Amino acid sequence: MANLGPAHYSPYPVAFYDDLLTPPEGKALLLTEIVDEEVAMREIARVMLTSENATIFPGPQVLYAWNDEAKKKATLIKEMAEVLNAKMIPMYDYRPKYPKIDAEVEINPNHPNLTIWHNNIKACIFVGVHCHYANVALKMIRSETDCYTAAICGLSGHEDAMATIRDQHASEMARFIEIAKEVKKELGK
Amino acid sequence: MSVDIYKINPEFRDIMPQEIIDLEDNATWAGESVEKRGINDLTDKKEILEEHSLCAGCPEAAALRYILAALPLPEETIIVNSTGCTSLMFPHIALHTVHSMFGNQNAVASGIKRTLDWRFPDKTKDVVVLAGDGATIDIGLDYTLQSFFRQEKITTICFDNEVYANTGGQESGSTPKGQVFKMAPKGKVFDKVPMWELAVTSGCQYSVKLTASAPKKVAKVLREAVLIARELGPTYIHLYTPCILEIGLAANEGLWEMKEQDKDRFADFKYVSPEAEAYLKECKKEGLL
Repeated sequence: MANLGPAHYSPYPVAFYDDLLTPPEGKALLLTEIVDEEVAMREIARVMLTSENATIFPGPQVLYAWNDEAKKKATLIKEMAEVLNAKMIPMYDYRPKYPKIDAEVEINPNHPNLTIWHNNIKACIFVGVHCHYANVALKMIRSETDCYTAAICGLSGHEDAMATIRDQHASEMARFIEIAKEVKKELGK
Repeated sequence: MSVDIYKINPEFRDIMPQEIIDLEDNATWAGESVEKRGINDLTDKKEILEEHSLCAGCPEAAALRYILAALPLPEETIIVNSTGCTSLMFPHIALHTVHSMFGNQNAVASGIKRTLDWRFPDKTKDVVVLAGDGATIDIGLDYTLQSFFRQEKITTICFDNEVYANTGGQESGSTPKGQVFKMAPKGKVFDKVPMWELAVTSGCQYSVKLTASAPKKVAKVLREAVLIARELGPTYIHLYTPCILEIGLAANEGLWEMKEQDKDRFADFKYVSPEAEAYLKECKKEGLL
């Protein structure tokens, strides 16, 4: 068994370690609990607004204008970053970078911890990253860093993120932004 | 897949690295016009393969650039590769590539091609196999030949360096008789497998043997092979890309070695079936070649 990461998050997928699976439809996964989607959205917004160097990592599915949904999501993610006072660092492709990545301006699923360490990111959101690469990256971040990870997923969510909401399309993202605005107001940020 | 997949959403242009913006703006995608792409673009356009992790001066890297520059429709092409030196470059290519298990590449490509034809009946989709001599001629020979027998509409390119290079220098079926390597000290006792001839007898519509010494020639052959594979059936390109390390050459001597072999083991061999010949004439008339 590997050692726990610096924040004592398990380096193993939680499905393996805590016997957890991705949340059922309409629900979200918050650490080890299945909760209502709104509860998770509020928590993600709170953590993003109160953590150092909160960052959104948009993936290829939203970075590139390959369909109408991606174009809509791009506008919403830009707004989300403004509401959450978050930086954006793109995961623009999954190819291993040769000879090394520029951790200041990009994140790569093969060594996502470098970007987290370099920028001292304490909370992040993955959005638009294809499932298998999100899983790999989230696992590494969980194991190697003390960063709080949230996954806004268009499919069934990611158990390796600390918070995951599933089936997130343009309308759900708009709802998340509204909730984030409320949380921001409550926190006086 | 279409070229839209490389168009950056305007909201994110400010956070994207310059190299990706350049790829969108200046890469040699075919787009609507097939005639726009070619070897000449390599000098002033954004390359689809810029950096690679092969040895300095490796002829494979140059050959792959020629091939990528010559693909008629890169945004609609899937390259299937196999384990070997070539597989070190594929992670750096800005195209869809699939890494198959060693030797399986032609079987994997057959499945991909059939699925693409079923899923996108109205679109042109090219599937190109690119593997080394070990994967094509030794361990994968069964899969390679079976795909030819079945008349799969794929292009197979063998990067022949005549040795298992990245495992220390063992002889392969493609090694010439008598050749000594670090891990083959007694010298090879049988002849080089004439894969380009096997391709013809196995049903390939087009089979060519050449070296990567002349970029325009490589580009022309590749283009012809892909166009024939789209319409008629399997095509095969046997390309000499020597391993300069294993045969004791310096980084700047790869081109010299290929030019030498143009007159020797890799003297021109070209087979074009009568149907393919007629089809190429039509392509020329339509300006595709």
